[in-house]
Amino acid sequence: MKRLMVTALLLPVMAFATNLYAADTLNGAGASFPNPVYSAWAFEYSKASGVKLNYQSVGSGAGQRQIVERTVHFGASDDPLTSDKLAKDNLLQFPTVVGGITPVINIPGIRSAVLKLDAAALCRIFLGEIKFWDDARVTALNPKLALPHKEITVVHRSDGSGTTAIFTHYLADSCPDWQSKVGEGKSVSWPVGIGGKGNEGVANYVKMTPHSIGFVEFAYAKQNNLVPVMLKNSAGIFVEPNFKTFENAAETGNFDPKKDFALWLTNSPGKTSWPIAGATFILLAKDKKETNTKTVRFFDWAYRNGDATAKNLIYVPLPNTLKDKVRAYWKANGIY
Amino acid sequence: MAIISKKDPLDFAFSMITALASLSIIFIIVGIFWVLIRESSLAISKFGVLKFLFSTEWNPVKENFGAATSIYGTFVTTVLALAFAVPTAVGIAIFVTEIAPNFLKGPIGIAIELLAAIPSIIYGMWGLFTLAPLMSSTIEPALQNSLGKLPLLRFLFQGTPLGIDILTASIILSIMVIPFTASIARDSFNLTPSVVKESAYALGATQWEVVKNVVLPYSKVGVFGGVVLSLGRALGETMAVAFVLGNNHKLTTSLLDAAATITVTLANEFTEADSDIYLSSLFYLALVLFVLSFVTLAIAKLFLIRAEKKFHR
Repeated sequence: MKRLMVTALLLPVMAFATNLYAADTLNGAGASFPNPVYSAWAFEYSKASGVKLNYQSVGSGAGQRQIVERTVHFGASDDPLTSDKLAKDNLLQFPTVVGGITPVINIPGIRSAVLKLDAAALCRIFLGEIKFWDDARVTALNPKLALPHKEITVVHRSDGSGTTAIFTHYLADSCPDWQSKVGEGKSVSWPVGIGGKGNEGVANYVKMTPHSIGFVEFAYAKQNNLVPVMLKNSAGIFVEPNFKTFENAAETGNFDPKKDFALWLTNSPGKTSWPIAGATFILLAKDKKETNTKTVRFFDWAYRNGDATAKNLIYVPLPNTLKDKVRAYWKANGIY
Repeated sequence: MAIISKKDPLDFAFSMITALASLSIIFIIVGIFWVLIRESSLAISKFGVLKFLFSTEWNPVKENFGAATSIYGTFVTTVLALAFAVPTAVGIAIFVTEIAPNFLKGPIGIAIELLAAIPSIIYGMWGLFTLAPLMSSTIEPALQNSLGKLPLLRFLFQGTPLGIDILTASIILSIMVIPFTASIARDSFNLTPSVVKESAYALGATQWEVVKNVVLPYSKVGVFGGVVLSLGRALGETMAVAFVLGNNHKLTTSLLDAAATITVTLANEFTEADSDIYLSSLFYLALVLFVLSFVTLAIAKLFLIRAEKKFHR
């Protein structure tokens, strides 16, 4: 009787265990930015092919650490790793989607993207040097807007994140002052302002606090009906954050497979480019050829069939020329 | 061995199993301590002990880390939380044991225990979406306009009331730790022999006098034990505070400013810490909290033991 019970208990365990070892599950971990689109793709891919994808949104830093330790099949990171770092840990890197980061404001009376700012003004606001909305440097860019004499409340991130990395990279790239006083990174020592936890935290604080300014991933601005700003891009034109301007930034970016596609999409040269765009990347362990082939098969499927899903979730799919460059990169590394 | 030969084998097995369980706790604590030391060795060798404890800079870009702002935040929020929680909890206990009619005692007791059962992240979300807006729109401006005008208290209420600050975080923390003190205080109060209370009433004491002069002195030690439990919880609470404190690494005297505590720093920055020294400094912070909690609770326990000795003289 006891033996029967033990066998009855062991059988489902064995079935479960063999299921795991059948490697029909891909495990990935990393950036929270692409989590919605990877989850949507995983769901559709498992219906189409039976292979399940398990993605843990633990942050770019943790994703990088886990792929270095080879505890996952692929890592995901918002900030690109340089070729030396990739060579040191024997990794491959390629982009999947592009997104945009937009400053958002809460000024009573301004209900759409009409406030114009440039990099210098944005830097000074986040440095705390421009303290009031009707400062001369802001009104000079917006002669037709009636800006109130109210203190600007800066909202930044309290946690480390790829969004911060891209935003501070843009500020450091555009303003030498920011570079010397603060620098760039996933986590920085912000001179002024309050910190919100995650994109959701920042969106929430900006919504609740009149006369505030923060920065979020564009999807959060859209979903929470926050008011974005217009920024001056590197071509000198004031652009709004939307799908077309992000797409333009992605197309004019020079992704180089020899540099493992490491590229910051800030200040892209296109005429209608949004200046704060960024790609999100996948990291693979070079020595795991078999699982890499399976992982690449998933992303190839996503390149072919996932564009509509990505667009619905307000991500910009890669331009076709870039997708082909990535496929050539995979082939050169023997996994495609 | 005398133990084996004289004891019943079942007894022996029982003593071994319970000894193993107790020893394993010690092993786990020592293990955690060892891991913390090992992982923070890089930061300890770079920053030393005193410099790290007193440095107010926390700059991940320049890789210069100091624990002073986080320790200060932990200290201030814990003290404030206890200052709000202990009188409230003792008041609840007094109400439930002495004043409430019998049919209320059960439901209130259950309500207090339910308060302890709410997960801390729910407290955090409630704080972020309900309490913080309420604080910034109503309560904090009111405090600024009333207490903030008094010359001695002005420094406590400086700055724009945004709701994401030490005051909101301390209020949420205090709500979380009330149940621990309240239940234990209530049980201690119930242990006062009714003979002593009735004698006091017979001598003409009012309800308040009985509570103040008979019940409270009798159960001092028990209440203190409850406070120590609340203190331990408040020191280590993470998620409830992470959403409403802002993680601002600056020393500030105003209650209406954002700040950082050790637990909030760890929760917010751990997953994205990319450089080795950054991760090691976070482990160093965790080690500091470990030692701090250990020392605080040891001191409290010493007080307890001395108080008990005096009581049972």
